[in-house]
Amino acid sequence: MSGAKFVLALLIASAAVFGVAWWIGNAYVFFAGYVVLQYIALATAWNILGGYTGYVNFGTAAFFALGAYTTVVLHKLTSLPLPVMMPIGGIVAGIVGLGTGYLTLRLRGAFFSIATLALAVVAQTLITNWDFVGGSRGAYIVRPATAPLLGIDYVQYLFLVMQGLVVIVLATARAIERSRLGYGFATIRDDEVAAEASGVPTLRLKLLATTLSGAFMGMAGAPLPYYVTYLDPTSSFSLAYAVNGVAMPLVGGTSSWLGPVIGAVLLGTLQQVATVTISSALNLLIVGLMLVGFVIVAPNGILGLLRFRGGRVRT
Amino acid sequence: MTSEALLQVTGLGKRFGGFVALESVELAVHEGERVGLIGPNGSGKSTLVNCMCGTLRNEMGSVRFAGHALDGLSAHERTRLGLARSFQLPRPFNTLSLAENLRVPLLYAVNARHGETLGTRALEQRCADLLQTVGLADKARQLPRDLTQIEMRKLELARAMAAAPRLLIADEAMAGLSHGEVDDILSLLIRLNEQGVTVILIEHIMRAVMHFSQRLVVLVAGRKIADGTPADVVRDPDVVRAYLGE
Repeated sequence: MSGAKFVLALLIASAAVFGVAWWIGNAYVFFAGYVVLQYIALATAWNILGGYTGYVNFGTAAFFALGAYTTVVLHKLTSLPLPVMMPIGGIVAGIVGLGTGYLTLRLRGAFFSIATLALAVVAQTLITNWDFVGGSRGAYIVRPATAPLLGIDYVQYLFLVMQGLVVIVLATARAIERSRLGYGFATIRDDEVAAEASGVPTLRLKLLATTLSGAFMGMAGAPLPYYVTYLDPTSSFSLAYAVNGVAMPLVGGTSSWLGPVIGAVLLGTLQQVATVTISSALNLLIVGLMLVGFVIVAPNGILGLLRFRGGRVRT
Repeated sequence: MTSEALLQVTGLGKRFGGFVALESVELAVHEGERVGLIGPNGSGKSTLVNCMCGTLRNEMGSVRFAGHALDGLSAHERTRLGLARSFQLPRPFNTLSLAENLRVPLLYAVNARHGETLGTRALEQRCADLLQTVGLADKARQLPRDLTQIEMRKLELARAMAAAPRLLIADEAMAGLSHGEVDDILSLLIRLNEQGVTVILIEHIMRAVMHFSQRLVVLVAGRKIADGTPADVVRDPDVVRAYLGE
């Protein structure tokens, strides 16, 4: 399937999902669906660095929250529409990704992961002490009841916007996999010394991966203030984003764009269902148990299981 | 020597902490030569290769290749200039198929040079040809973990060849191979040399080195102790002492 056809297929699938949600006619479907979509974007963004190049990022929450807080700043200073704010949040998070990459990419394995975790703590501390965006009290965002132009309910509008981001992120991830860049990323994951010897500019590609991954995480976080209407550092830098960002690609499978989607839909939906039926505190426990289970039973995720049974899956 | 050597190593020195791995090594290799590099284990052969190819940074001395000073250039830039090497212990890209392993240097080294860009079909053809050359054509779609150690050495060599180098450094490409397989690899390297590629062969199998090399260089404890025709070098009293003792 060519790139254009793939985007078309994604758009049709998105329209179908929106249609079904509309047909069900329950506002909560959009409310919960938004979270699942947000996790598809986050997990795919994480996978661009973590899955393709093998650098495990524990700082997902930092990039995500930076996107969200960029929106808070823009909301207070300007009256830009959300689809314009998202790329700006992406640029901010992408620049931070580039800087982080430059400072930390000489570290391998667990050391890189610890550095990204530290980044999240530093970023949270800075935001908590920045009064303009509400500091530790948090910021209130009054969102309009209906979306501009379309006239639909604002949560439905957020759902639609997030669908758009998911299409962009998935199309990018798949395009990377099939390009020269995809091969370059894979060699970094397998053996950086051999990659250099084969002509792969490893540092440049790693910086590209951290920037792109960070930028998409920031874009995924940008609509959050309008979704929650009250944003505070504790919840926006929540460990849940970091854990889910790692767990969803690992459970789904990191070798292809489809893996994070499967993981995010599965874990995201499960968490949403658990929140309303059992307890909202059980969320992370479910993720943790699934992660442990998959690491033991299926280290290559659900995609790995499928390949094991039916040969190579062409995505 | 009138013309500039293809590879010119001058006063190269490398230490690991207090251990001197290489000490003022001088080496000149001319275009089209076949040079053998020998020395006992731990004499610094691989360290020399690593310093020449940018995998390690040398503290002293300089390396010039094809008119470029290589100091400060990263390994991938040196590969793009035409200096390719195979690793002593094979380092395949484990999640890529054999054909894809060879595709990487084609995409990143060959296509990064000026004047030549291989299209998709040409890429596939080149990968298939290279695998054919080293006798792995029937395993093109398999992963490196399905290979034997010997096949991995062949893959390693094929990947270095895929970068279309002007100078190929084969670091113990034949260790563990059978008599017949050593001959196969040797004739492969000689064929490559006849096509204009300069080759440095690092090897312990003396039969292979003697057959292959037009010139032999001996490293012992980080110093070059001999450099000359193979027949002269193996009779050199210093070399004999280094290998056999007093």
